[in-house]
Amino acid sequence: MTTLSTSRPNTAERYYNYAYLDEQTKRMIRRAILKALAIPGYQAPFGSREMPVPYGWGTGGIQLTAAIIGPDDVYKCIDQGADDTTNAVSIRQFFAKVADVATTEDTGEATIIQTRHRIPEQPLKAGQVLVFQVPQPEPLRGLEARETETRAMHAYEEYGLQYVSLYENVSTYGRIAATAGYPVMAEERYLMSPSPIPKFDNPKMDANEAILLFGAGREKRIYALPPHTRVRSLDFEDFPFEVQTWEESCALCAADDAYLDEVILDDAGAKMFVCSDSHHCAERRAAGHVGPMAGHQLARPETEPAQ
Amino acid sequence: MNAHSEIQAAPLLKVEGMTKWYGHIVGCRDVSFKMRSGEVLGIVGESGSGKTTLLNCLSGKLEPSSGAIQFDTRRFGLTDIYALSEPDRRRMQREDWGFVHQNPRDGLRMRASGGANVAEPLMNLGQRHYGKMRRATIEWLDRVELDTRRIDDKPRHFSGGMQQRIQVARNLIHGPKLVFMDEPTGGLDVSVQARLLDLLRELVRDLDLAVIIVTHDMAVARLMADRLLVMRRGEVVETGLTDQVLDDPQHPYTQLLVSSVLQI
Amino acid sequence: MAYVSVKGGEKAITNAHQWLAEDRRGDPAVSEVEVAQIREQMSLAVDRVMSEGSCYDRDLAALAVKQARGDLPEAIFLVRAYRTTLPRFGASEPVEAEQMSVRRRISAAFKDIPGGQVLGPTFDYTHRLLDFALVADGQPPPPAPLADEPQAYPMPTIGSVFAHEGLLETDERPAEPEEPFDLTREPMSFPAGRDQRLQALARGDEGFLLSLAYSSQRGWGSTHPLCGEIRMGEVSVAFIPEELGFPIEIGELTLTECQMLSGFSGSADRAPQYTRGYGLTFGHCERKAMSMAIVDRALRHREVGEQADAPVQDEEFVLYHSDNVEASGFVQHLKLPHYVDFQADLQLIRRLRREHFERCDTLKEAAE
Repeated sequence: MTTLSTSRPNTAERYYNYAYLDEQTKRMIRRAILKALAIPGYQAPFGSREMPVPYGWGTGGIQLTAAIIGPDDVYKCIDQGADDTTNAVSIRQFFAKVADVATTEDTGEATIIQTRHRIPEQPLKAGQVLVFQVPQPEPLRGLEARETETRAMHAYEEYGLQYVSLYENVSTYGRIAATAGYPVMAEERYLMSPSPIPKFDNPKMDANEAILLFGAGREKRIYALPPHTRVRSLDFEDFPFEVQTWEESCALCAADDAYLDEVILDDAGAKMFVCSDSHHCAERRAAGHVGPMAGHQLARPETEPAQ
Repeated sequence: MNAHSEIQAAPLLKVEGMTKWYGHIVGCRDVSFKMRSGEVLGIVGESGSGKTTLLNCLSGKLEPSSGAIQFDTRRFGLTDIYALSEPDRRRMQREDWGFVHQNPRDGLRMRASGGANVAEPLMNLGQRHYGKMRRATIEWLDRVELDTRRIDDKPRHFSGGMQQRIQVARNLIHGPKLVFMDEPTGGLDVSVQARLLDLLRELVRDLDLAVIIVTHDMAVARLMADRLLVMRRGEVVETGLTDQVLDDPQHPYTQLLVSSVLQI
Repeated sequence: MAYVSVKGGEKAITNAHQWLAEDRRGDPAVSEVEVAQIREQMSLAVDRVMSEGSCYDRDLAALAVKQARGDLPEAIFLVRAYRTTLPRFGASEPVEAEQMSVRRRISAAFKDIPGGQVLGPTFDYTHRLLDFALVADGQPPPPAPLADEPQAYPMPTIGSVFAHEGLLETDERPAEPEEPFDLTREPMSFPAGRDQRLQALARGDEGFLLSLAYSSQRGWGSTHPLCGEIRMGEVSVAFIPEELGFPIEIGELTLTECQMLSGFSGSADRAPQYTRGYGLTFGHCERKAMSMAIVDRALRHREVGEQADAPVQDEEFVLYHSDNVEASGFVQHLKLPHYVDFQADLQLIRRLRREHFERCDTLKEAAE
């Protein structure tokens, strides 16, 4: 459901420019975006600003959105796949206020989707932009703390440290153990972190029709994947990349090919699994799909519509 | 002398008039020589002789002030190594060369297992099959006489001599054309040194390797090198076949070096 | 209301904000604190917020302190976020610390120096006894006595004391000064130039720099600092507007400046000289200025050829982690939901545990 913007007088907000950032800052960010799109997977430094939201809480994604959003856009914001998680609500309210823009929960209707930790289940189309919030843009940071070192590794395409880590995974666990933020190669040149999305979502990045933008505000880096970019999850020939699967399906809508959240029901360990993508689940239920716990409170809509 | 080496028309490594200044202090001056594959060249001298500077220049780590170093690279043929772009030079160092450091800590990833250290050069060259890599690694650990059951142990769980063997395996597994060795047995117990040197000699012979070995130890030089460059205060004072230089040294400094080796 | 996962968003947020406003106000029977009161009577809090907020405006900083309920890193964040929205005209002319109208100036290096030791308004020699007379609103204190003679102006600096002997390194003024790096506009990059380093330290967290400076004094990368000079007072700020083409004074700042002296063994090209660490803050933040100067000097190890193996000497470690707005944001972001990734992790650990116990069972069976 799209909430159209009512033209409100920008009262307390009249002191702020459209979408909060001044035009020079937006231009600076867009230049970084263009550079990032021209070199898929390369982390372009940018002059990240302090925003009204703390570093670590989505300032990178917010700055990307602020730099590209206009009054004709339709904006969707999700966190952990859901529109109604607290931080997603907070950020959506922010843009509704400062960009006077229409907001929506419908993946298909949105022109800009800002996300933390998930890619929507519904495939994206040309003309859409997916903005990722990234806590740590450097895929090698867990292996090498120094920025001077990792910068050289990317410049020289020397990813031995990453390969060694994969090898050690297999020798220790009998498999590649990364489950989220699983490293990928962009256009077979730059090693990239897809942000902490579950590896379940990695295949969605390959040859996506939409523009994928990644913003790390605190670390001050932007990177990007233009449409139809080759994205390959790292693996070995004899230990190929695999997505997660569940024995259960969604308790509310019976989906068996979506990413599921585990919800604890009581102290005795009873649990149920529901779609992480709230809009996907709602659409399936509206289309008549029914899961075993379709009457659960999680399936009931909010009493007030999301702004 | 390497019985397996063939006389080749083009040299593997050609150094001409190589000089390195540090401000107004000379690191090494006017060094020239050629090497063929299968040859072992020893660079000997005491500390301060310039042999470390020379090694760093030859191995692409330190650009000389003047002169040229040409190497027969796999990708580009005979090339001045400092005319290559930095990424190309670094790739060449990974693909065509090995570098065995004096201290294994400088040549190994201490936080990765021995097996990962040895497998890494294969992955850098594009190997993507874990099982095949693992087998190749086990073969090489065996070849350097390490217990293959310890393949997943970290280097710090090995003795110094064993760490050095891991380093050797890591630097040979990818089939380099030229291997640099910087005092590879320095800092090890004498008996451990002897065993390691035996291993190195065997590998050099079996693989027909070209090696440049830097050492202050004349016994190591005698054992390993076909030819010697004797260095003093940045200059090459004498050069020739190892046995000739050590048995019949011409330059007074070489005579001094040879005569001061303890005879046991 | 119960925090059901993190859904139930909008209403929860509104309610939380209202509760926060209530807590901020505290007991309504107690009179509300005014921004002006904070500005005047909590001036050191205001000074810190201006320094680390990188914005000199006492009223703004005082408002931030009130809004943040006295939590200074939160207040600093408010000021920084506000700063983002301010238009930028350009850079001022360099401020002349030597021209400072000094209210406090001390040096530990000499018993007396030209201009004298001026204690100024300092906690230094107070006895830390809680003064319960401050609980009651009393009469304003009697004015502090005036000196017989006015202070020397300008007050000579420690540099001028050493100048004729050349004992202290000097910073040459470049004939054609470049635009300084601007850390508020561009991301940090390493190796850091001096401008970038000093900017990061100036807005860096006082506690972090204090601890690093302390570690240095205790031997973790010691530079054996000696306090060459601390001065606090007012300086004027000049700016050249494009339309005019000549400098005009646009205001006055209170600054605290600290110069720490450290020894330096000369090299073949350089005679031995004292080297300097530099600290500068808005307002009167002495502890910060001193810590900054010690850390600045420690980070110069490369220039002076020192061994560097202590945390305070590690440029990337110090500068990357000195900003408390960044640090606070990232540490506290752990409160955000991470259950999607946790779910992926749970799957893996459950599978590994299953495999582990299966292996143990197999071994047990084999043993029987």
